[in-house]
Amino acid sequence: MTEERRIGVYVCHCGGNISDYVDVKEVAETLAGEANVEVASTHLFACSDASQQEMIEQIREKNLDGLVIASCSPKLHMFTFRAMAERAGLNPYEYVHVNLREQCSWVHKGDRPGATAKGVNLVRAGVAKAALTHPLTPLRIETQPRVLVIGAGAAGMRAALALADMGLSVYIIERESEPGGWTAKVGRMGPDNRSGPEVAANLFERIREHQHIALFTDAELTAKSGHIGDFQVTVRLRGEEDLSLNVGAIIVATGFEPYRPRAGEYGFGLPGVVTLQEFRRMLEACEGPLTHNGRPVRDVGFVYCVGSRQEEGEDCPEPNAHCSRFCCMATSFSASLLHEVERKSNQTINQYHLYRDVRTYGRLETVYTQARADGALYLRWDPASPPRVEPRDDRLAVTVKDTLLGDEELEIGADLVVLATGMVPRQNDSLNDILKIPKSKDGFYNEIHIKLRPVETAIDGVCIAGTAQGPKNLAESVASALAAVARTGALLKKGFVNLEPLVAKIDTGRCVWCGECFNACPYGAIEKIHIGEKEVAMAIESSCKGEGGCVPVCPRDAIVIEGYRDDQIMAMIDASLEEAVPA
Amino acid sequence: MTPLDGKGAPKILVFSTNAISDPGIDRAGSAHLHYSPAVQVIPLPCSSGVKPSWIVHALERGFEGVFIAACGGDCAFLPDCTTRTATLVTRAQTMMKEHGISPKRLKMSGLCSVCADNFVAHMNNFQEELQCVEA
Repeated sequence: MTEERRIGVYVCHCGGNISDYVDVKEVAETLAGEANVEVASTHLFACSDASQQEMIEQIREKNLDGLVIASCSPKLHMFTFRAMAERAGLNPYEYVHVNLREQCSWVHKGDRPGATAKGVNLVRAGVAKAALTHPLTPLRIETQPRVLVIGAGAAGMRAALALADMGLSVYIIERESEPGGWTAKVGRMGPDNRSGPEVAANLFERIREHQHIALFTDAELTAKSGHIGDFQVTVRLRGEEDLSLNVGAIIVATGFEPYRPRAGEYGFGLPGVVTLQEFRRMLEACEGPLTHNGRPVRDVGFVYCVGSRQEEGEDCPEPNAHCSRFCCMATSFSASLLHEVERKSNQTINQYHLYRDVRTYGRLETVYTQARADGALYLRWDPASPPRVEPRDDRLAVTVKDTLLGDEELEIGADLVVLATGMVPRQNDSLNDILKIPKSKDGFYNEIHIKLRPVETAIDGVCIAGTAQGPKNLAESVASALAAVARTGALLKKGFVNLEPLVAKIDTGRCVWCGECFNACPYGAIEKIHIGEKEVAMAIESSCKGEGGCVPVCPRDAIVIEGYRDDQIMAMIDASLEEAVPA
Repeated sequence: MTPLDGKGAPKILVFSTNAISDPGIDRAGSAHLHYSPAVQVIPLPCSSGVKPSWIVHALERGFEGVFIAACGGDCAFLPDCTTRTATLVTRAQTMMKEHGISPKRLKMSGLCSVCADNFVAHMNNFQEELQCVEA
């Protein structure tokens, strides 16, 4: 039997948000007389400074060794109260948070006795869990002041410069033989008409001059071990020589691939049907009139949303549901570039932009406005009847139902049809095997939280930047790269990192090494070790995510996650079912 | 549909997940939706970590149903989380049958961090269904 604990239970009114629907006094009074509870009381606002001070004094005075606070959702104040516990001299992991607002008072507003009885059960479960806590220490890891940046496109290079300016050393590796990525290949970019190759060359020049950055081209990551703050990585140079590096963090800026249409998709494969990227290269190379097949170009059709916002169908079993963000702007900007060719060479070129929605958001709207002012025609189609592109008398015929003209079917003769091809995830199977960053449904790398943690990944110490995460224009790519720099800088400039100790623990007495947990862990956090003659599994604390995927697969019941141990969960279940004692 | 309230409403234990489904369940609260107080939640890090033995224990001790509010496709830890959780459910149902408990007393559904309405609908439906389950 475990020793009696001295737990403090504090039930919050939340200024009426809880106490209007739950009798908090009854909850506290019921708990006050129960096992392991030394003191139970209520607070008007437990999170207020005054209440925290009062609780701290009581914890010290009564020498409490556990703490349960029943208040709002743990997403709001779990860390507040963990810090308070620490200030009071308690181990923060001997604190248990009970969600009495979002999961009780607010959802049972019309049933005060029911809500109060449930409140008692919730707090009882919290006490049962707290009674089985023991002090845990966060794992403190010294961090190495060096960063590996994967990918020397605009995002990777911009990140490297910002990190180096912070005083961190940066290794930037690029698979291609030239840095610059797609930015170096794109030509002029809207809305400010800057040259992509110039932007890339400027970044590269600054990198070359920076004493804290080493850039390797023809370089690929071939191995990664270690953990946040202290990774060992191997980089293969020119396919032969291996370079070993020790870095504290990694930023993945591996970019995107342009969508490659299927044969026949909007006429792709027919002479004169080109992708947006091919068309931009034609414009860059064009001196004088724009010609195709030796003839001056008179009519150009643009089909938007090719490879983006797709719907599942027979010819598209794995649709790209995402919007590629940059293509409406880039295609409308191409209209202006084409108008420029027209003016310079005194050529007349009619432009037909067949779009679904024009998403030139924010100030990019000026690009769309300019294109129309210069004479580009925009026609809207519906995905239920997409445009058709067919060969017609040495030219192309584009048939479209214009939804803004009452679905009237128009046939447009064209010399060129430009498919506004979007972004798809880059094929990087070997890198994915090494980094193990979770991917989202669209195949791009996944952030931890789309809004609040937009550049961190489930792999601690590894951030994503730029279009490796999903479609972005250049400005957004650089913004995300600098966000990744901020997170990485905050981690490495501090010099150390504390990791949550709520991770897997293996009972080596029970374990007989069957390998099930090893197979269940995608993070390489399970290692086979020898204890004397016996082979057993050991969890590597710094690599373990604490999600518990290994726990139910263990046939010997030898694994627990701290904070969610079997005895704690069982005790919570039992405590939840005790009959409420009337006050 | 009228939620089943007060005494006699089937007690449901929900296993939620800290990053995905628990925020979705919180959202039902923030939106001041309503479900039965016989529903009680224990949050865990991820639904792939639920042990079948916990489920059987909960049902033997007096919960009438267990609902796993799974991470689904949004899981930040395991890309195959749904498959893993589904495997656990199958294992748990086998174990439940061995203990003479109807497998209908266990349900699982992916619940996202904004799935407030879904959660409430699941709870109401599950309570209705549990009233017809015999074993």
